[in-house]
Amino acid sequence: MSDATSEAAEAPKPKSGPPAAKHGHDDGNGHDHGHGHEEHDPIHLANPHLAHHFDTPQQQFDAGKLGIWLFLLTEVLFFAGLFCAYTVYRAYRPEVFVYAHYFLNTKLGALNTCVLLLSSLTAAWSVRNAQLRQHSALKLNIVITILCACTFMVVKYFEYQHKFHDGLLPGPHFAPTEQVWELESFKHKHPEAAEYAEHLYKQAEKKKAAAEKPAAAGAAPAPGAEAAKEGAAATEEHTVHARPTEEQLEPLIAAGVLGPKAETRDVPSKPRNAHVFFSIYFFMTGLHGLHVLIGIGIWVWLLLKANKNVFGPNYFGPIDYAALYWHLVDLIWIYLFPLLYLIH
Amino acid sequence: MASPSTTADLVAPQPRPDSDNYLTHEKGFLSWALTLDHKRIGVMYLASVLCAFALGGTFALILRTELLTPGKTIIEHDTYNQMFTLHGAVMVFLVIIPGIPAALGNIALPLQLGAKDVAFPRLNLASYYLWLLGAACMLTSLIMNAADTGWTFYAPYSTTTQTAVAPAAMGAFILGFSSIFTGLNFIVTIHKLRPPGMGWFRLPLFVWALYSTALIQVLATPVIGITLLMLIVERLLHIGIFDPSLGGDPVLFQHFFWFYSHPAVYIMVVPGFGVIGDIIPVFSRKRIFGYKFIAVSSLAIAFLGFLVWGHHMFVAGQSLLAGSIFSAITFLIAIPTAIKVFNWITTMYKGSIHLDTPMLYALAFLWVFTIGGLTGVFLAVMSVDVHLHDTYFVVAHFHYVMMGGAITALLGGIHYWWPKAFGRMYNEKVGRFGAVVVFVGLNVTFFPQFILGSRGMPRRYYNYLPEFQPLHQLSTLGAYVLGLGFLMTAVSLIRSLMKKPDAPANPWGSRTLEWTISSPPPYYNFKTPPLVTRGPYDDYEGLVYDEKIHGYVEKGA
Repeated sequence: MSDATSEAAEAPKPKSGPPAAKHGHDDGNGHDHGHGHEEHDPIHLANPHLAHHFDTPQQQFDAGKLGIWLFLLTEVLFFAGLFCAYTVYRAYRPEVFVYAHYFLNTKLGALNTCVLLLSSLTAAWSVRNAQLRQHSALKLNIVITILCACTFMVVKYFEYQHKFHDGLLPGPHFAPTEQVWELESFKHKHPEAAEYAEHLYKQAEKKKAAAEKPAAAGAAPAPGAEAAKEGAAATEEHTVHARPTEEQLEPLIAAGVLGPKAETRDVPSKPRNAHVFFSIYFFMTGLHGLHVLIGIGIWVWLLLKANKNVFGPNYFGPIDYAALYWHLVDLIWIYLFPLLYLIH
Repeated sequence: MASPSTTADLVAPQPRPDSDNYLTHEKGFLSWALTLDHKRIGVMYLASVLCAFALGGTFALILRTELLTPGKTIIEHDTYNQMFTLHGAVMVFLVIIPGIPAALGNIALPLQLGAKDVAFPRLNLASYYLWLLGAACMLTSLIMNAADTGWTFYAPYSTTTQTAVAPAAMGAFILGFSSIFTGLNFIVTIHKLRPPGMGWFRLPLFVWALYSTALIQVLATPVIGITLLMLIVERLLHIGIFDPSLGGDPVLFQHFFWFYSHPAVYIMVVPGFGVIGDIIPVFSRKRIFGYKFIAVSSLAIAFLGFLVWGHHMFVAGQSLLAGSIFSAITFLIAIPTAIKVFNWITTMYKGSIHLDTPMLYALAFLWVFTIGGLTGVFLAVMSVDVHLHDTYFVVAHFHYVMMGGAITALLGGIHYWWPKAFGRMYNEKVGRFGAVVVFVGLNVTFFPQFILGSRGMPRRYYNYLPEFQPLHQLSTLGAYVLGLGFLMTAVSLIRSLMKKPDAPANPWGSRTLEWTISSPPPYYNFKTPPLVTRGPYDDYEGLVYDEKIHGYVEKGA
């Protein structure tokens, strides 16, 4: 990384990048110098937002830009731990991820993706506005960004509320109120499998009820007779659904409803450790949501600053850095959406 | 903007004995608590880190006292478990990681760069307050019911034990951000605030070391952050990411943990390399040998450090192939490390060696760190590690590196920059004596532990077989000597603050930029950015000792 400072090594004159060269311009506000130090060289006098330890606005901007990129790098690595955990568990238990994704609302997820993409556009636009000193357009774009961010959080709130309501919680609290094959998203994709699962489930219920009835009545018929009766019922049912087709079985096995990964052997149910998906789901989207909330705070602060018309070609760093941060928050969601909602 | 002055102007100590400096510029508690000045933040870090060191050291002395006899000596076994956990956590997260970069780095880095401050002074202060908050969390754990997991927080024990793991993990999480912000600040400072004439290969080696360290801080620390966050959430909500009884994978925790914590040992020791690299040429009055190799080997260590975490997991069910690869890459780390040691030794060759206190610490470092580094190679051999894993051999190895490497370098650095930071000379005789006592204490404490470990004494055990007792008692004796050495040094340094003599601008005859301004430095460091015309270790012949000021001045000045 050869940067401007090392280029300046040969010629020890203060470097002046394009924006810094315009001495006469000020930033359009009458703020105090306010740094409490003695230097009143022309560059610092002309640039009230230039901190005392920087020589030129360009140097300050470059430092901030490198700083924000490094910060974003740490953010990527911060999320990388979660993506890594996601990868490991998805590799271990693909059936859990297939099972759980039916519970997520793809339409709301897609809506949120669009909302965030729009906000990224307005965020990028606001940087341009700041550079061109377009004060009202800047404020408008920041307001749109904030509104989009709030929309995202509201949609997320309803999604979460729905999950809580349906008992889709991580850990021991996981107790879904609906079976996966009862969900519209499942029925729509695999109507035959849903029907078959429903059938097996009802059959098992019936069997269970039949087994409980005599016990409740206290009467104990001869075990031989009972077994014979059951066997007859089973053959009767099997004539209707003699051999399940590939289409009926495959989605159920993939989702861990039936087969070796399922919690119970004969009755259709859910895969073992299904709650781990929701641990990861809430952790990732929750941490992402926290970043959106922090972003809202930053944009509100910038809106208040923009309201004083301080931004211009010599001072647009904060908007630029916030927009970069915002793009990263957007980008993380771009990865989260397919990884969590669009599993096949 | 004024044009930069020449080096010659700056080298003459500025004759303003009682004029304004950063310590006297403003007064009152708030002028410190809200300061954005890197030197003051560095001093606050130094004081805080040394307090934490005293706390962690007290734990260590209690642990060693307990180990005087098998069975109970002074504390119960549960207390013992809690105490070694907090000893480790405090020493790693509160002392060694921030020790050299945040304390000495903050004081010296901008001065060495001829800069007025670090790139982001507010972020710098924020990272100090994060340190305080993290320390408060650790103390909360101590007061509630101290964690007993070991500083590694291995799952699933850490997710199920009844002790206060969450506050301790939260503390480490917060301290991670403190460390990230310091690293980020230093990278930007080194890139953007160098003075005219200071290209990359005119940076002092301390700056190179801080740069490499900062890269690791920025790239590795976020991973431990998210890991500890997962651990805390796992404890509170039982989400089943690490706990196998809930479907989690405890080995994943170990991978995450060591992905950070192995690079973290280089966060701890690489800044120490930087301090030694600055001290040795000055006290040998000789230009550093192999400057570029030393500089780039720091980067090489930082890079390789990311690829070796699996050597902590040879017995954790890792595949043989993965183990072999991790083992091979671990051997590679010996190369850049050896490059440094050989270059330092060659620098001393035919030099005019002055055995002042900082140099004594540097020599102690070379001795002790070499033992620590080479025993690391033993542990990198898979078959040997199966025997030595989780024994006192490992304890001795990392104490030789962390204590002998990082802490010895920290002490050397403190003695080297003390006159600059506080404008006072300490008692040189006490300083030297302290260095010798620390060196002897260190070896007496930890060398017996190599023998204990190779004979099968497991680490972290409260009890032991009677045949280990003589070596344990020798080790405890060493710990007392070590404690005495630190106490003596601390008293001497604190006394120096209250007494004359005042330090000259350049007491050691150094050539880096911080010694060209008065001691203590003025509030704004450099009135104008200095023009750098030579390397940081060139032209010691151009300096002469001035008897009147007890310091070095430019020849002919």
